[in-house]
Amino acid sequence: MSYLELLKLASPEAVVVLTALVVLSIGLLAKRAMFACAFVAGLGLIISIGAILLLPSNKTLFGGMLVVSPLTSLFKIICLALAFFTILLTQAEKTPRHPGEYLALVLLATVGLMLLVGSEELLMIFIGLELLGLSLYVMAAFNKTDVRSAEAGLKYFLFGSTSSAFTLFGISLIYGMAGTTGLASISQRLAATSVQPLLAVGIVMMLIGFAFKIAAAPFHLWAPDAYQGAPVPSAAFIASGSKVASFVVLGKIVLIGFAPVHGSAGWHALVAGWSPMLAALAALSIVVGNLVALSQSNVRRLLAYSAVAHAGYTLIGFVAGDREGFSAALFYTTVYAITLVGAFGVVGVVRRETGGDNFSNFSGLVSRSPLLAGCMAVFMLSLAGIPPLAGFFGKFYLFSAALHAGPNHSLLWLVALGLGGSFVSLYYYLLVLRAIFVDATSLVDAPLGDHIPSDSLQRATVTVLAAAVVFLGVMPNILASRILAAIP
Amino acid sequence: MIAWTIYLTFVGAVLALVLPRAFAQWIALLTTIGGLALGTVVFVGTPIADLAHFTTIMGVPWVPALGMNYHLALDGVSLTMVLVTGISAVSTVLFSWDVEHRQNEFFFWLLLVVAGCYGVFLSADLFLLFVFYELVIVPKYFLIAIFGSTNKEYGAMKLTLYSFFGGMFVFVGILVAYVTGGSLDLNQLSRFEFSPQLQSWAFPVLFLGFAVLAGIWPLHTWAPTGHAAAPTAGSMLLAGIVMKLGSYAGLRVAMNLFPQGFQMWSKWIAVLAVIGIVYAAAVALRQRDLKFVIGYSSVSHMGFVLLGFATANALGVSGAVLQMFSHGVIAALLFAVAGRMIYRRTHTRQLDALSQMNLSHAIPFAAFTFVVAAAASMGIPGFSGFAAEITILIGAWKTYPIAVWIVGAGIVLVAAFTLRALKLSFFGEKEVERETPEGTTLNREEFNPVTIPEKIGACMLMLATLAVGLYPKLLLDRIMPAVETMRFLK
Repeated sequence: MSYLELLKLASPEAVVVLTALVVLSIGLLAKRAMFACAFVAGLGLIISIGAILLLPSNKTLFGGMLVVSPLTSLFKIICLALAFFTILLTQAEKTPRHPGEYLALVLLATVGLMLLVGSEELLMIFIGLELLGLSLYVMAAFNKTDVRSAEAGLKYFLFGSTSSAFTLFGISLIYGMAGTTGLASISQRLAATSVQPLLAVGIVMMLIGFAFKIAAAPFHLWAPDAYQGAPVPSAAFIASGSKVASFVVLGKIVLIGFAPVHGSAGWHALVAGWSPMLAALAALSIVVGNLVALSQSNVRRLLAYSAVAHAGYTLIGFVAGDREGFSAALFYTTVYAITLVGAFGVVGVVRRETGGDNFSNFSGLVSRSPLLAGCMAVFMLSLAGIPPLAGFFGKFYLFSAALHAGPNHSLLWLVALGLGGSFVSLYYYLLVLRAIFVDATSLVDAPLGDHIPSDSLQRATVTVLAAAVVFLGVMPNILASRILAAIP
Repeated sequence: MIAWTIYLTFVGAVLALVLPRAFAQWIALLTTIGGLALGTVVFVGTPIADLAHFTTIMGVPWVPALGMNYHLALDGVSLTMVLVTGISAVSTVLFSWDVEHRQNEFFFWLLLVVAGCYGVFLSADLFLLFVFYELVIVPKYFLIAIFGSTNKEYGAMKLTLYSFFGGMFVFVGILVAYVTGGSLDLNQLSRFEFSPQLQSWAFPVLFLGFAVLAGIWPLHTWAPTGHAAAPTAGSMLLAGIVMKLGSYAGLRVAMNLFPQGFQMWSKWIAVLAVIGIVYAAAVALRQRDLKFVIGYSSVSHMGFVLLGFATANALGVSGAVLQMFSHGVIAALLFAVAGRMIYRRTHTRQLDALSQMNLSHAIPFAAFTFVVAAAASMGIPGFSGFAAEITILIGAWKTYPIAVWIVGAGIVLVAAFTLRALKLSFFGEKEVERETPEGTTLNREEFNPVTIPEKIGACMLMLATLAVGLYPKLLLDRIMPAVETMRFLK
């Protein structure tokens, strides 16, 4: 193993880190360098995607510290694309005071995502988590003039660092049991032993750490404030990229590392292991997320609680525990991430035009901007699972995988709960759409003023994302078959 | 060729949305006429023998990994439904000629509903059918919530949530059939032997899910509220076609896939159907809002469809399909009179108020249409309602003679509430002499005359119900063989 080869395999990450440094120095040297910084950042992300396409198709370094496989490449590309759209969203924001720093943080968080996705080794995963987390804490608190942004950052930091502690504690216990930190070798060691209390504690600690990251109930309390208070692009990135990567790595840990202690979450067929625990998290998230979302009157808080519910749906795929379930969960979380970036894009525009993001700020959006209203309808209905949008296929795929998994439809209880949850969710998504389409009275007659930077880029981004949601709903095969083929 | 009904309508919907608003209604009209024309051409051009089996007209792999195909098929039952969709859709557009604001959106949502209906009636793949089935839900919400009248937001939300509630059960049923049968193809699945134990619970889940949309008692309450809140076009489409999605899918999916489950539960379906027929008719008798009367009459008529299914013999089920056609036309006609001809002119639908207006003199054409529609609705011989209901009752006589007796009493109630509504709305108590002569003339000029599009639409619907009433063989010849090949018949 020469350093040159290592550099070649890690080139996508290296490109993004270099871009971050360049963006940082541009931000230092030039005042009001928003456009230049964003341009360089976007370019770096595109080059990085190119570098991923040039990688060999299968390679494992240092016992899984850096893994190159079709799955990691696919999800690195997805994470980079999500970061790219986030950067597009920053363009129309009220110019932040330090655009260079902000974009550099986005890029560093992206590196964290790539490390997470591309590693099958617990220490490396932890480093990725920390890099991602630390960047996101600052991004959430970046708007220094806004109290809510500070609150979001602080809450996210406190909860996030606690969850990191849990994860690290779990990792140390697992390491103590297995004597290794590589997922594949952990799996071999665990296969030889039975489920012991110490191992169970280790698994539970690690899962709690990840449950914080993906905002599964009852570890979701940071999400509403972070989603509501953080600057819009930060919130979009927390809701999308961070989530996708966390799900990928959580899936790898439980399905590769802990494969021997799968257990069973079937009705009347409970066997100890991680899947009953994930099933409990999923069930609780679906119930709590959907019920609390019912009473929200702020669109961002509503999205946060619905995110809890969606984390629950996605976990159902892991509970199924086979290749199909993993693929369904990854498809679902990808589609969800695309949808949420788009939805936050719309929120960003509305917020700039009306100064808020409550239901009342959205009322009459259809007469102000039919295009944005249509896009928001696409996002909301996709989240509710209405065909022909991507969310509908995602749900069908997830639930059918879950029913396939157990003998005798033993996971039917979880599927029924998920369907009940999506029934409830249609109501609150329709409330948003009612404000947009039915309430004719527009809060603002004209946009707040002309001094706002043009947001045509943001509108275009939102439109592209809405088109992607429709396209993935009509032609789901394009993404689903790729994900399925990439999973060994 | 008939697959083009779906594509044409989707394209029409998008065009109606993006082109300038002056074009919207013309595009909608052309699109729906195109759909009807395609349906008619296929209806005339396809030999009756070809309609006995659910014959594939198109099959393209969609998501191979999950066994999903874009698979369309046609038989006598689906062709009948496509035809009634075409007829209702054209007349609906004609009766929406007066929509004044946000036309683009209005016709976009309207055409989406129509396209989804065509899709459901032609799907031969379970997933595809479900996609179209759920696709119809949300446009209904916007049609009612934006363009509706009385209590529109409540009615829209109630109707949408009920539909989605039923859709949830359908989802479970479909997943179970898919996971157990290992396929999504309806023809393949209908040959698969599901275990009786599975059928005994999967059938009611699936059938009940569909039946919510068909307005089965006691899950029917969305129908009157939704119909009353909807704009005229919305009620015409809802009662005319969308309710049939539920009954059609119940027949095509639930009964065909789980025949043993159906046999276990058919008598309970009959019980609910009979209760629905009598109960809804009794409730309609006490309504003060004309649209509520018609809404409950829809529930009552859909009860006949369910009763026809429950008979489980070819005659009863064919009669049920004929009733779906017949009610599609009659309900559209009734709602057109109540919503467009009366309400748009008088701005009230309260029977007490209407009875003061001497409407039979003020808008004679509306009175004539309503008399015809009422006669068809009551089941006067010569109209399609009679042909359908008598077929169902003959079929039911073989299986549930008691039900026929009870329903016979129910039919009297139907006649009673229809006549009451007719008398109060058009032939009110008001003596002409009590008013000054000026008053009467004023009254007449107060209301705009019935417009040409309304007349065309009404005539079309009246002709359809009359044609099928006088010569039901036209449809029954195509429906019967298709029903006879279905598996659930003993």
